[in-house]
Parts: sequence; structure tokens; C-alpha cells
Amino acid sequence: MTERIAPTRTPAFEARLKKRYAAERRFRALGLGAILFSVAVLVFLLGTMVLNGIGGFQRVELEIPIDLSEAGIAADPAAMQQTGAVQALEAQGLRDVVQFYAQQELGEEAASELGGQAWRDVAAAIIADPSILHEKATFSLPASADLASGYEGEGSPEMQALAQRLYAEGRIAKNFDPGFLSRSDATNPQQVGIWGALKGSMLTMLVTLLLAFPIGVLAALYLEEYAPKNRWTDMIELSINNLAAVPSIIFGLLGLAVFLTLFPNLRSAPVIGGMTLALMTMPVIVIAGRNAIKAVPPSIRDGALAVGASPVQVVFHHVLPLALPGILTGTIIGMARALGETAPLLMIGMRAFVATPPDGFTSPATVLPMQIFLWSDEIDRGFVERTSAAIIVLLLFLLVMNGLAIYLRNKFEKTW
Amino acid sequence: MSLTLLLLLALGLGLAGWLAARARAWTFRRESADGRLPSLPTYHAWYVALWIVLPMAAFIALWSAIAPGLVTQQVLASPAAAELPEFGFQRQTMLNEARAVAAGASQAVFNPQAAALVEPYRDALAHYNVIGIVVALLIAFAGGTFAFLRLKPDFAARTRVERIVMAILLGASLVAILTTIGIFASLVFETVRFFGMVSPLDFLFGTHWGPDPMANAANPDGSRYGAIPLFWGTLFIGAIIAMVVAIPLGLMSAIYLTQYANPTLRKWIKPALEILAGVPTVVYGYFAALTIAPAIRDIALSLGANNPSSESALAAGLVMGVMIIPFVSSMADDSIAAVPQAMRDGSLAMGATKSETIRRVLVPAALPGIVAGIMLAVSRAIGETMIVVMAASTAANLSANPLEAMTTVTVQIVAMLTGEGSFDHPATLSAFALGFVLFLVTLGLNFVALRVVKRYREAYD
Repeated sequence: MTERIAPTRTPAFEARLKKRYAAERRFRALGLGAILFSVAVLVFLLGTMVLNGIGGFQRVELEIPIDLSEAGIAADPAAMQQTGAVQALEAQGLRDVVQFYAQQELGEEAASELGGQAWRDVAAAIIADPSILHEKATFSLPASADLASGYEGEGSPEMQALAQRLYAEGRIAKNFDPGFLSRSDATNPQQVGIWGALKGSMLTMLVTLLLAFPIGVLAALYLEEYAPKNRWTDMIELSINNLAAVPSIIFGLLGLAVFLTLFPNLRSAPVIGGMTLALMTMPVIVIAGRNAIKAVPPSIRDGALAVGASPVQVVFHHVLPLALPGILTGTIIGMARALGETAPLLMIGMRAFVATPPDGFTSPATVLPMQIFLWSDEIDRGFVERTSAAIIVLLLFLLVMNGLAIYLRNKFEKTW
Repeated sequence: MSLTLLLLLALGLGLAGWLAARARAWTFRRESADGRLPSLPTYHAWYVALWIVLPMAAFIALWSAIAPGLVTQQVLASPAAAELPEFGFQRQTMLNEARAVAAGASQAVFNPQAAALVEPYRDALAHYNVIGIVVALLIAFAGGTFAFLRLKPDFAARTRVERIVMAILLGASLVAILTTIGIFASLVFETVRFFGMVSPLDFLFGTHWGPDPMANAANPDGSRYGAIPLFWGTLFIGAIIAMVVAIPLGLMSAIYLTQYANPTLRKWIKPALEILAGVPTVVYGYFAALTIAPAIRDIALSLGANNPSSESALAAGLVMGVMIIPFVSSMADDSIAAVPQAMRDGSLAMGATKSETIRRVLVPAALPGIVAGIMLAVSRAIGETMIVVMAASTAANLSANPLEAMTTVTVQIVAMLTGEGSFDHPATLSAFALGFVLFLVTLGLNFVALRVVKRYREAYD
């Protein structure tokens, strides 16, 4: 008896199989392409910022020798240690002295392109080391914004010509500018710094952390460990889930309508910004906290209850310490988000021009993302590089925070 | 005295109470017959400390909210205040200046009339400071004494402390409800005020948006408050252009990462996508405004478009789409992972290729989850502010041309509230009405999406 088996691998089948395999390869390539595109955009974005930002850590400076012993500025070293030393030097005509030497060394035209606040750098040098008052020293002082763009080959032709002449004489150079990290906002991109914004960010984040962390952790403990199953609990859960999804700008409207109505004198103060951001961060901490608490095995609770611990002791002595690494990871991620947040702070008026670092929770301040936003609005070309440099600093902070979160997660993550 | 110092004082008093109460409990313990108490001495200590700190902190919070008003009242009652202009902006500025000087926040007054107010302010501040401190201390001592006198050898301190702890826990979780109510109430309140000036019909169905913050507030021109162009711009940028970028890229990334990629690649790509999600929106906005928008304009010019805007909807939408990719990808990842393995195995056993299994079995089965994820992504996109503030325009345009300038709800909220307009002007209030619409829409999208996800998860469990 012979069986007739229909041949399976007919030419039509082979052709179809080839087509199906080709479709498979295309689909796979499409997936890989999607990922590569996303990564490429990320690389492009970071690359643009880094390339632009490197220039932001530098500034165009004029080399000016100044003979302070000749200038006749007297200052006893003790007075230089007090506050108001800069004003004292200004009263003695330091500004004119600097301008005079600039004219003598560089000529009228170039001296007028010395940055308006350049004498402050000289004053800072004198305060740091009063002995230079008796000698001739060469200072690298910031050029004006116009001359700086002339140096870059942009701006008006006269400035470009002037910059080229000074360059040929070796009087002008683009130097690394450590002061970018220690100064505050200014109108001349040559003289701006981010320390003011950075300090404002730190104060704001401190307020956010002090409010959002305890409230978030306690709420997570309540919901996960004690809350009875009833309508109130459902409502709390619903509001937390909703708050986590509400656009951040809405929190800004809340801050404007409630916090600023209650405390109208604290406009653009870190404490109001911190409170607004805390409301935004709290749901993130609650959700992360609940997941971490849920991951603690019930046997731990049962064991503690069995040896006579009260429900509160079970939670605070056993569950919370075991869940803490997970909660901290969630908290850091929430804080990183708050650190990069701009929109709600825009609503509550933290967009003022603040030229001095804030000295407390209630003094006017700005934050790093807001500084980026404000600088990005400036027309002056010099601000483009500064903005990118500020972005690099912000991204570095976020990278450190997220790195810390990942480290904590890997180090303390337990599978029970 | 500053608030920080006062709170530190509260903590110091609490610590003192804690130590005193613990010492007392230890004497009880030594004197008791078997050396045991119903509660550990620490609980006695916490009981007293909580009774000191909590009432005092509550009073400080309350006081810092009402004291400024009382100070102002006393200043206004002083003879110097009679010279002030009757009402309005000027009067407020002078009061603020005088207060700043009196509190030591600034050196001198700008306005000579305000100078006369500095002394009354200084007196009033000192006066109410003393009252505040004295009352706070009284409350702390009253609470501490009350609690301390209740300490007895058989006092059940632990149950009392735990009851307080439970109350604090409940209070912490009520903050979420309070915040929700606060958002809702403040938005509704200002929106109702806005609709008292401009008809809701004009607002919701008008097609011309151009509020004039300088116009007479008493008689606003309703035809300038038509929000349709804003809604359209928001949808066009956030729900159409951004999604055209984010849905295919996010979905395909998720599919490739879960189904094809080897573990090494996944280990490197997943964090990269997380970085993409962690970049602050202000950085995306800067990137869009600095790099993408001019590039799009140049490309459009070279393709012969006539007069493309440098603040085109396309630039903002594309960058927003990139921002949303990781979001869509992780939602799709979750819902594909939730499809039972048996369905995948069945399809593969029938001879389907991997891509056929994905397209015909996995994606259809995961579709409800994916759709819910996309809804969440849309709600995130339409509420996004900084990208559109920096890259999109403030000009309201009702157009389907992605190269034209368009504005969104969030851009207008920012524009209306960061100007110099008065708080009673309909232009300023319109920001709250827009915020209310935004709040309701995102809430609705989230509500539906979470419902879908929940029902769909249950279907496979």
C-alpha cells in the first residue's frame, strides 16, 4: 500500500515563505530603526548642548596690566576682610583706575569695550590678596558683550576688526571662566554665573524634600498598612493617582491662587516654590513608597506580630526599615523631576531677575531651570553658550541623582 | 523672631519634655514591684514630647498665616497711615516697602511717604512677635504639663502614642485630598469669576483669541475670548504631530526591546530611553527653539513653502513627540508583557513567524493597554508647558498647516499670568478658565485610561 503524500515544499510555498521571511526581516529592522532613532536624537541633543556649552564655560577677556601702587588706592588689610570692602574700593575710584589703565594700554576704542563691571574682578582680587596693591599686576578682565561676539566673528564689522587687532597684539583671549560657577545673573553674558540659581534650586529642593518626604512616606504607610477598605480610602487613592497625572502647570495655578494669596510678600521665594513642588512630588513618593512597602513579605509582619509587637511597632520597627531603600529610590527620582521643573514656578513668579544669591528661604530667588529659560529668551548671542553651559550643569545634577537612585536600587534590592 | 527659630525652639522644648518624661518613667519603673510598666519609658517620653510639639507647631502655622494681617491692621490704625492714598496699587506698594525696611529685608524706602510707616510697622511687628512667642510658649507649657501630670506607673502611654501616630498617618494621607480640593476649588472659583465677565459660550465656541490686558476690565469684549484656536493648537501639536512621532517609534521600540533584543542590548538601551524621559522639559524646549525650529524653517524654505514661521507647530510637536517616546514605549512594554505566554506559544506552534505573531496576536491582545497608554501620553502632551512656551508661538491661528505658528492652552496660561495685568482683569482670569479645561480633560483621559487598563488586566488574570 502506498500513501500519496502531497509535497509540502511546492514552488508557491517556497515563494510565500521567502516573502514571509522578508517581512520578518523588515519588521525587525523597523524595530531596530525606531530604537536607533531615539538614541540618535538623544545623542544629538546632548551633543548639541555639550558643543554649545563648552564655550559657555569660557569668556573673552582683555589682558590689562594695572599698577595699583601708582594708582594710590590705600586699603588696610583688616578693612578688606569686612563686608562693604567692594564699596570702599569703589569709593576710592577703583573703577576709574581700571578704566584709565585700559585706555592707556589698549587705546580709547578698546577701553570702552571693557565690561562695565570689570572693576569688580579687580576688587575681588584685591580683597583676596591685599598685597597686590603694592605691585604691578596683569588682570584678565571680561570684555563687553559686543566685543565678545566680535571675537567670535559675529556682530558688527567694527567690533570684529577691533577684536582682530587686539588678538594680533595678544591682548584678547578666550579663557576658562571658573567664575561662571560662583557668580549670579547679570545683564552682560560675559559676567553671568549660575551660583545664584543653583543656590535657589538647593533651597527650593530642601523645602520640597522636607515637606514631600515625610508626608509621602506616612501617607504610603497608612494606605498600604492600616487603611480600612471604605469609601474614604478609595477617595484618597483616587486623588493621589489623579494628582500624579495632573499637568505640572496646574500646580502652579494652585500655588498662585492659594499660597501667594496667603503669603503675598513671599513672591518668588524658595519656600513658596518648594511648597508648590512638594505637592507635585508627594504623589510620586506615595506611589513609589507603596510599591516598596508592598514588596516587604507578609511573613515579616506576621513574625513581629507573633512575638507581641503592636501594629505600629511592626510597621515602624520592621516594615519601614526594609522598605526604605525602595522609598528613597522613588524619592530621589521624584526630586530629580522637581529639580528640572519650570512651569509651576513660572506661575508663582520665580522668574524675576535676581542678581544676588538668595540668603534664605524667604528672599527672592530663581532656580536653575528657570535661569535656563530666562537666558534662552535673551537676544544677545553670548547667552546661547551660557544657556547650554547651564543646561550641562543641570543635566549633571540630574545624572548624579539618577545614578544614586540606580545605585541604591541595585545595592539594596532584595528578592525575598 | 524668624519662623525657623521658633520651630527649632519647639523641637528643643519637645526634647526637654522627652528627657524629663523618660526620667520620670524610669523612676516609676524602679519603684514598681516587678520592675515592669505597661509601656516602655520611651513611650512616656514620646507622649509628652508630642503633646508639646504638636500644639505648638499647629499654633505657629496658624499664627504665621494670620499675623501679617494683624500687623497691617495695626499699622493702618496708626496716624501715619491716614496720609496714605485711599486704595489701589500705590497704597499696597508703600505698605510693602515700609514692611520690607522694618523687617530688615531692604535698606531704605524708595517712596518718601512710605518712610513714615516704617516706625509703626517696626512697632507692630515687634508687638505681634512678642505676643506670638508668648502664646506659643504658653501652649507648649500647657500641653507639656498636662501630659506630664498624666504620667502614672499604670498609664498606657504606648496606646496613646500609637493613637496619635495613627492620626498623623491619616492626616498625611488627607493632604492628597486637600490638594485635589484646593486645585479644584481655586480653579472653579476663578473660572466662575471669569464667566461672570465673559459668556461661557463665547469662550468655548468663539474662534478669535486676542485678550487685551489693557482694555477696560468692566466691559470686556467677549468676541476676543474665543478659545477654539487654542484648543485646536493644543490638539494639533500634542495629540496629532507629537503622537505621529511617538506612537510608531515608541511602539516599535517596545516591541524590539521585548521580543528581539538580546539582554546586553536591552541593558544598554533601556537606561538610554529612561534618560530621554528624564531630560527636563526646559532643555527640550531650548533644543526645539534653538536647533529644530530654524532647521524646519530652512527645510521648508528650500522646499518652496511660502513664508514658513520660525515658531512652527511642527517644531514643538516633533520635539514633544520625542519626549513622549519613552512614555509610550514603557506603557506598551507593560501591556505586551501582560499577554499570556500561551497565546504566543500557540501562534508560534502553528508556524507563524515572530513578526506575524506580534502583529496578529500580541498587539491585538495588548491593544486595550496600548490605547490606554496612548491616552495617558496624550494627556501628558497637552499639559506640557515649557516646550511649547519656548518653541511655539503666542499667536492664535486656526490652521491645519504644520508650518504655521500656533499657540496652545498652556502657552496662553503662561502668557496671561506672567504679564503685568491685574488679578481682576478677565484676561488674567481667562488663564484659570483655560487651566480648568485642561484639568478636566487630563483628568477625564486618565480616568478612562486607568479604567481600561484595570479591566483589561483582569481579563487575563
